[in-house]
Amino acid sequence: MTDTTIIPPSKSSAAVAPDQMAWDTRTRRLVTIYLPLALFVIVLLFPFYWMAITSFKPNAELYDYKKYNPFWIGSPTFDHINKLLFGTSYPRWLMVTMGVAIASTTLSLFSSVLAAYAIQRLRFKGSQYVGLGIYLAYLVPPSILFIPLATTIHQFGLFDSPLALILTYPTFLVPFSTWLLIGYFKSIPYELEECALIDGATRLQILRRITLPLAVPGLISAGIFSFTLSWNEFVYALAFIQSSERKTVSVAILTELVSGDVYQWGSLMAGSLLGSLPVAIFYSFFVDYYVSSLTGAVKE
Amino acid sequence: MTVATMTDWTRARPQPNWLARLFDYKPFLVVACLTPAIGLLLVFLTYPLGLGIWLSFTDTKIGGSGKYIGLDNFEYLLEDPQFWGAVFYSVFYTAVATFGKFGLGLWLALLLNNHVPFKSLLRAIILLPWIVPTVLSALAFWWLYDPQFSIFSYVAVDVLGIRDKPFDFLSTTWPARWSLIAANIWRGIPFVAISLLAGLQTISPSLYEAALLDGSSSWQRFRYITFPLLMPILAIVMTFSIIFTFTDFQLVYAITRGGPLNSTHLMATLAFQRGISGGELGEGAAIAVAMIPFLVGATLFSYFALARRKWQQGEADD
Repeated sequence: MTDTTIIPPSKSSAAVAPDQMAWDTRTRRLVTIYLPLALFVIVLLFPFYWMAITSFKPNAELYDYKKYNPFWIGSPTFDHINKLLFGTSYPRWLMVTMGVAIASTTLSLFSSVLAAYAIQRLRFKGSQYVGLGIYLAYLVPPSILFIPLATTIHQFGLFDSPLALILTYPTFLVPFSTWLLIGYFKSIPYELEECALIDGATRLQILRRITLPLAVPGLISAGIFSFTLSWNEFVYALAFIQSSERKTVSVAILTELVSGDVYQWGSLMAGSLLGSLPVAIFYSFFVDYYVSSLTGAVKE
Repeated sequence: MTVATMTDWTRARPQPNWLARLFDYKPFLVVACLTPAIGLLLVFLTYPLGLGIWLSFTDTKIGGSGKYIGLDNFEYLLEDPQFWGAVFYSVFYTAVATFGKFGLGLWLALLLNNHVPFKSLLRAIILLPWIVPTVLSALAFWWLYDPQFSIFSYVAVDVLGIRDKPFDFLSTTWPARWSLIAANIWRGIPFVAISLLAGLQTISPSLYEAALLDGSSSWQRFRYITFPLLMPILAIVMTFSIIFTFTDFQLVYAITRGGPLNSTHLMATLAFQRGISGGELGEGAAIAVAMIPFLVGATLFSYFALARRKWQQGEADD
């Protein structure tokens, strides 16, 4: 029936997108585009949905699928969240994670801005090799570094201190942010800086008054990306921090809340939900910057 | 060091004397600007990298200094079936997960490249698995894979009736391996899809129009326009994906911790188990060092893909 509806030729006007030129019918679009898309969204979101409803289900419903519909909450309860917030040091772990993420993001933004400015704008001899070196640093994954880093941290006497995380996270944040900012600085016309130079501005004044204000979108992108990466970091936090009250959320949930053979799935999922929320909310405000930084860095 | 340059920097402005002139002297300014970034990277990246290679030749344990023992660690590992198991699973995990991520990610990117309503909302939602801390979503998967209360088992056994006993996701070797790969693919699809979508959007529609006029089929348009033009970005994304899948740690550590019977250890988790939990820093470092050849291979792949891009597009714009 719908198959017979002819495609109005008027639709394929000047600004045609590739898909509309394919003379497809509505049913075909439904089957080839909307159905798979809906499936993707369901599969990608289901674990979060499950996480969310588990955190609000009372234990009776949680472990009895026969009597209660497992896909819905019969009588929502805040028990798990209550227990988490007032029965464990969860708020404390959240604060630690937040502090570490903010401090390491600030530190890496500061050093990446200066480095990117030096590489892209000061144009000294060999600047592209320094840039390449920083790019290569991004390809060194934390998994091969954490063992020697643990001994280094011990040597510096930083073991079990949040400072260890604040100083080591930039190893993967700085390369990324520097590359992102080099790209942004590249897009700012050099003539603006030349004008300022003629007017007698010093290099640092140029950076502060001209380049940085123009690179604000880049700074935001780098900041968001760094913040999410530090929030999500796990290996270093697991290896360098020992005392319970200094752990970050991901590590603490796995090492402090998972205990014994009986898992408290309600609180575990509530903990995961609360630990994901800050970064998800933060991200939702800046989605476009985030996407541009993700794809911008890939395209570099 | 860093702090010192920072305070000098702010103090310099009011007095336009020798300090201001010093900061306008280019070589000094270059060094000052590069010091924080390069300093951090040298101290916490290059030095540990070298130290790791040195440690792999020693018998260092936690809390004691070791002595040089040559290739003993590596010789020991060569005869260790657990190590070879981890190497095998790392390669298998990377290969299958990369294949899955890129197949599904490319499909999703192509779907999103159509005119669909709420596109930016969709894009935002789709990135969620990538944003959320891996350990936390891994916990959700752990719960989904629960031997008793898995929702998948419930659906298969009680709703659809296609099985008579619950799935056994994590307690035997191969199901556990596939379950982890599935979780990894789930987590990796968004990154691949969004990056490839950015690549797709740079392809000029006029190419498709020309191909349509020439009577091409949709498969031909994909094969001869979309795919070749997507190749450069595909190669880079794939390199990153391979590197970070191969060195994955969080998913496995959170869901199985290498079990059952050490069958799902990746090289990174095995290194952690031996090096940090077991205290054999030297041996752990040797396992980590053994990952380097694989990573170098992936990086070279990236380099040649980049070279190919320049060759394909004539003069590259960067």
